[in-house]
Amino acid sequence: MGLFILRRVVVMLLTALCLTFIVFFLTNLYPNLEKLAKTQGNMRMTDEQVATWLGERGYDRNLFVKYGEWLGVLPGYVVEAEDGTVRGRCIDAGMTPEEAPRFCGVLQGDWGYSTVFREPAGEIVFKRLGLTGWLMLAVMCVMVPGALIIGVLAGMREGSKLDRSLSTASIMTTATPEYVSGVIFIAVFASSAVGLKWFKGTATSAMDNITWENFTLPVLTIALYGMGYIARMTRASMAEVMTAQYIRTARLKGVKFRTIVLKHALRNALIAPFTVIMLQFPWLLNGVVIVETLFNYKGFGWTLVEAAGNNDIELLLGVSVVSVFVVLVTQLISDIGYVYLNPRIRVT
Amino acid sequence: MEPLSWTGTLGPVLNPLLLAAAVVFAVSVIVQIVLSVFVPRPVAEGPTVAAPRTVVDYVGWAVMGSFGVIVAVCLAYLAIGPMMPGYQGKGIVGAVSLQLMPVWIALIVTFALSMTFKRRLGLYGKLFDSTIGMIGFALVMFWVFAGVFGAMDLIVTHGALEQASGMKNKPPGTPLRGAEAGEYPYYLLGGDNLARDVFSRMIKGAWEVIRIAPFATLFAFMVGITLGLPAAYYGGRLDTFLSFLANLILAFPVILLFYLLVTPEIVATGIPVYMAAVLFLFPIIFFSVLFNSRFHTQTTKRAIYIGSTLVVGLWLYSGIAWNADPLGLIEFPPNLLVVFVAVVFVNSPTVFRIVRGLALDIKTRDYVAAAQTRGEGPWYIMLWEILPNARGPLIVDFCLRIGYTTILLGTLGFFGLGLSPESPDWGSTINEGRKLLTIYLHPALPPALALLSLVLGLNLLADGLREESLRD
Repeated sequence: MGLFILRRVVVMLLTALCLTFIVFFLTNLYPNLEKLAKTQGNMRMTDEQVATWLGERGYDRNLFVKYGEWLGVLPGYVVEAEDGTVRGRCIDAGMTPEEAPRFCGVLQGDWGYSTVFREPAGEIVFKRLGLTGWLMLAVMCVMVPGALIIGVLAGMREGSKLDRSLSTASIMTTATPEYVSGVIFIAVFASSAVGLKWFKGTATSAMDNITWENFTLPVLTIALYGMGYIARMTRASMAEVMTAQYIRTARLKGVKFRTIVLKHALRNALIAPFTVIMLQFPWLLNGVVIVETLFNYKGFGWTLVEAAGNNDIELLLGVSVVSVFVVLVTQLISDIGYVYLNPRIRVT
Repeated sequence: MEPLSWTGTLGPVLNPLLLAAAVVFAVSVIVQIVLSVFVPRPVAEGPTVAAPRTVVDYVGWAVMGSFGVIVAVCLAYLAIGPMMPGYQGKGIVGAVSLQLMPVWIALIVTFALSMTFKRRLGLYGKLFDSTIGMIGFALVMFWVFAGVFGAMDLIVTHGALEQASGMKNKPPGTPLRGAEAGEYPYYLLGGDNLARDVFSRMIKGAWEVIRIAPFATLFAFMVGITLGLPAAYYGGRLDTFLSFLANLILAFPVILLFYLLVTPEIVATGIPVYMAAVLFLFPIIFFSVLFNSRFHTQTTKRAIYIGSTLVVGLWLYSGIAWNADPLGLIEFPPNLLVVFVAVVFVNSPTVFRIVRGLALDIKTRDYVAAAQTRGEGPWYIMLWEILPNARGPLIVDFCLRIGYTTILLGTLGFFGLGLSPESPDWGSTINEGRKLLTIYLHPALPPALALLSLVLGLNLLADGLREESLRD
């Protein structure tokens, strides 16, 4: 088991390195840097001015050296501009070049500086992550029990009317991407045209104060899309368990149907959905980006869109490190959890 | 001119009926679900006596009956509505149904032909044995025909980019101000924020999806199959390497990948063209290897098949990937190419994993061992022994994946990536419409419902196919 986890962690680190390097490469392509220079400096810069701007900020050097600096395995650059000011990667505002540390990268805990928000990237990422955490928590509280109940109810009597209607409903929700269900929800529950106005069409105020009114629609929108998928998996696994020999034995012994479902079938039927729920996290991340944009909730997903839209290199790297971390850790947990839940599988 | 009502002259008769049926249906469905949980099933007493009728049966009849009425009324709106005289008599639903006439005819012809010859049509024919599959197929074909006929300018009432003065954000059924002779006098589903016709844009948007999604999915399958089969068959280092690559791409949040790949700056660097150059090589490799492994003993046949594959393939390849068609027939606008490449790129790792999983399973079968004993080459075994036996799950996944690709295209449009801002595709239209959503519903809802119904249709179709392919 220890060796298995160790191997997985090594692969995880390798994946994270490759991914951040790809992000680094794509954001450091010259047209992207040119755009960055023009949005940060002046839209009407000439090509030469762009080149000097980039040169003074250390953007025009070798890609691998820059990546090494970001990681913190190479010393940060120090550039002296034409007018004599000295800029360096590790020289923060109000610091002389002598005081600055030699290395400042992710390994030293320095996530760099966001050019859009003009704040340290690490702070932004973790602040926004906290906001998204509340959203995810609410989604999980709605989605997981809801999906499991639907799946178990549908799967316990395969082919019944309840099964048919619940299955159709879960197919409907998997066919409705977040931007469609969100739009429909806002149209029905929040618009002045229909006039129900039960909830609010934006979740901006939920960043300070979460209420029933401003948080229901975003949570429902994300939860619905994932719910159908988990419910279908639970249904399939429940239906399979219900045909097993030991269930038939229990029925022949005369055990009540309810007891069979709750005591005999449920535990075995919930092994497969566990993996599915864990692997749903990366998809939730996607939904979070769409929903946060749609409802203007300034969390992690919104930050991703802002950072990517403005080519904010270091913030984008921070965001991708965190999201890759989430994806890989949930994969690892799902693998380990599966082994513990299912005694038939042993990792050697 | 008066604005159109939704249902025209049929409205006063059928609307109350529809409302009543809907209320009965909703109530009885809830009652039925509650009953099915709490009331035990009646048990037949004795061998000859049928189970006594209970409340459950009566509620069941109420559900069936009211559902039948709802369907009948909706069909009446669609079928009788267009026959009413004048635009006022037809109403919006009737007029839309009349505009969609080519689609209805094509649908009826398709269904009539397929039902007649369904025993001779293999898996496709079997689809017509399952209700779910037929509903799904009807929904999908509806949008396919709507897209194709819309692109031929048969259905649309106005141009997708045509703006009319005074039609900004007007509700459905508003008459066109100062309509000239020969111009369609109404905006059937209203006008959007830039005073364009919502109905025409929705139909034009169907074409954007229909021309990208199936082909992008097909390309993703070619890439996934060409890499997944050898990964599973040979195993070892090749498998480790390819699986690592696939997991690497899958670990990316899709939207981050889109934001990194589908921007004008990236197009300027030419990276999408190189990616296209690599990805679009796979179909050519696939077909060449496919024919070579089968006909390598019959040299004339092999020469013919591989020759024609290479000629057609390389011609298409030069046109699509490099935009350098020697005959000048094929054009691929660069921003469409980025979208295409991005969608193929995101989809192929998942296909790779599915194919690899299936092939790992099939590799252990006896017929593979028999082929190995016969001395067949590895590619013959992969492409002519393993692949045909994996076709069932692959076809089902293909349908599901087209739906997923449609969702991805919508996501791209929703974030304003790739396609031009005035493009009528559904994602961009939803994105534009959502800004005023709390006041005006009509610009955002039709494309949203269109996308929903197409993806739903593909899901149902996949479900029907799965059911039917498991049956034999």
